[in-house]
Amino acid sequence: MQFGFLLEQVVNGLVLGGYYLLIALGLSLIFSVGGIVNLAHGAFYALGAYISVEITKYLGFGSAVVLSPIAVALLGILFERFILRRFYDADPILSLLVTFALAMVTEQTIRIIWGAPPISAAIPQSFRGSVFLGDFLFSRYRLLILAVVAMVLLGVWLLLHKTSFGRVVRAGIQRPDMVAALGIRLQPYMTAIVMLGVGMAALGGAFFAPITIVHPAMGAEIITVAFVVVVIGGLGSFWGVVISALLVGVVRGITIHFAPAAGEASIYVLMFLVLMLRPRGLLGERIEKFE
Amino acid sequence: MTRYSRRTLLKAGAAFAGASTLGFPAIVRAQAVRIKIGHLVPLTGFLGAIGSYAQLGVKMAAEEINASGGIMGKQIDLMSEDSVNPATAATKAQRMIEQDGAVLLFGEISSASSLTIMQVAERNKKVFFSTGARSDALRGKDCNRYSFHCDIPNTVMVNAVGTALKQKGMVKGKKFVTLTADYIFGHDLLKAAKAFFSANDATLIGDELIATDVTDFSPYLLKVRQAKPDVVCCNLAGNQVTNLVKQYAEFGFPYPLVGFNLNTGDAWAMGEGNLSGTWPTVWYHTLDNPASKAFVEAFSKKYGKPPENHAWIEYITLKMIAQAITETKSTESDALIGYFEKQTQFDIMKARKAYFRSWDHQLVQEAYPFTVKSKGEMKDKWDMLVLGEAVPAAGAELESIYPTKTQNPCNMKA
Repeated sequence: MQFGFLLEQVVNGLVLGGYYLLIALGLSLIFSVGGIVNLAHGAFYALGAYISVEITKYLGFGSAVVLSPIAVALLGILFERFILRRFYDADPILSLLVTFALAMVTEQTIRIIWGAPPISAAIPQSFRGSVFLGDFLFSRYRLLILAVVAMVLLGVWLLLHKTSFGRVVRAGIQRPDMVAALGIRLQPYMTAIVMLGVGMAALGGAFFAPITIVHPAMGAEIITVAFVVVVIGGLGSFWGVVISALLVGVVRGITIHFAPAAGEASIYVLMFLVLMLRPRGLLGERIEKFE
Repeated sequence: MTRYSRRTLLKAGAAFAGASTLGFPAIVRAQAVRIKIGHLVPLTGFLGAIGSYAQLGVKMAAEEINASGGIMGKQIDLMSEDSVNPATAATKAQRMIEQDGAVLLFGEISSASSLTIMQVAERNKKVFFSTGARSDALRGKDCNRYSFHCDIPNTVMVNAVGTALKQKGMVKGKKFVTLTADYIFGHDLLKAAKAFFSANDATLIGDELIATDVTDFSPYLLKVRQAKPDVVCCNLAGNQVTNLVKQYAEFGFPYPLVGFNLNTGDAWAMGEGNLSGTWPTVWYHTLDNPASKAFVEAFSKKYGKPPENHAWIEYITLKMIAQAITETKSTESDALIGYFEKQTQFDIMKARKAYFRSWDHQLVQEAYPFTVKSKGEMKDKWDMLVLGEAVPAAGAELESIYPTKTQNPCNMKA
């Protein structure tokens, strides 16, 4: 019986991990290609949530989860064009500072537009409740999130590994000077990667608005977890981030099952253990080539 | 492209990510300099959402007092800051008294922060009005002569909801699971809840302590289902309540969810159709009396939304303070303490007047249980709650729902 409940926690943890993945994968991609640790990533997540709540009011939830990430991805173009572009070759401390500042400016802007108190959002009626599989219970809505995450993951993988776009991006990650020598401008690719990354963060925000509190500081909350996921997985590693996100979700679920008080600390302990054994994260050794 | 050491990047990145969760203080200062009053309330973290309402309430009260000529002709200089956490709250309280010359302090929602400010107040012999903290211990074993408590204590919230639940037959012989905030407030509330359960033939078959920074409750919800209770009881605080209620609705469990603590700001943030059950409140903007209605109207006109219960409590507290200073013609701690210990009656926009009990400095006042309106009945998105009859019932002693000296002993050093 105990085993059944444990399995339920594992599956639930995988779903939660999938959600972390949406945010962490974009963070990791932008780092791999541009060498920028984007501390404003959480701000795009928050914008995704806020914009989706607004769109839901007029066009319903279905349109909101599609349109809100697109709107934020378009903002990503401006972000790349006017801010990030200046910092690819600069001291990383500068890009940390500027993205950190942008995160704070965005948080303040949200406060001005939507107010400091949280705004309300709810799951559409048709996705409420649980699905039973024998004695197993799954939240209907989280299954939807899991399906979307799986689709996004597949899409990003195909994009990176099966298209000419992906080949250039991957080559650009490993040998930017060689790509330049071949006469390919990396700039447009970088714009596309930033759009993709912040769009995924916004998708995470849009999907989680109905089940978490939507408030101006939500971006600052998520960036910490996203960071932990990326560090555990190994910066810049696609599968590292995937495995790490799922691991973080599962470890948290199991810890809460047995020792609830340690639930929130568990992911930091996990990070500590992983970094002790593999200082570059789980699949981080390939990063050597990026440096 | 130039590449820098990944380690440097990581370290700096982690430091920034950490710093970003601490938040930065929002500072609201009035211009006039005469009577300096320090106000602390959390604007960041899990209580930040309701704290922002508190700050609106105190601002409005200060502006009204100053517009009508101030206190004894002196303008109030209100220093209102983000208390952030217990350690920062104490540091800021100390600074407000020592460097900024605050004659008294008030505010706070977190019981943990309120406790540290109470200690600063006692050490500096300045009066502190704890406006939103609900832990029984603050007015019991941790009480001190300089601290006053405006919000209802945990025991009253348990009594308010418990009475309503008993009438619905939801207590006797029922199995409860509680989800409790893991800090002084939650521990205290759980203690009051346990006392209530055992006094009323209910059993507690599971209780989970939950850290205040938890936002995903799904692992806890799976454990709730494992326990198969008759009723699930929420003893959480701030954002925690909002998140739990939203996710509880997501999973769609058949067990009714009730709670011994809720602030209306948290209820407003939940979204349509998520909240149900019976909960307690200390005040709600639909209360039907002239003073309350006038306040709600002025507040809504000024800020474009109705006041939350923390806006109300900060507002009435500053008004009580102004009245005390005016009548005693003094800002000295001893004079003020004497004034309130006389059990002076105050109109706090409720049917019955309130007063600070002399032996534990608790503001004795009515409380209300409430249930939730269905969507069709709501006039607007703020109009969510149906207030039950005030507790204690009309005719009963106001103090009958408050902890007694034996239940929550307070020994103030003279």
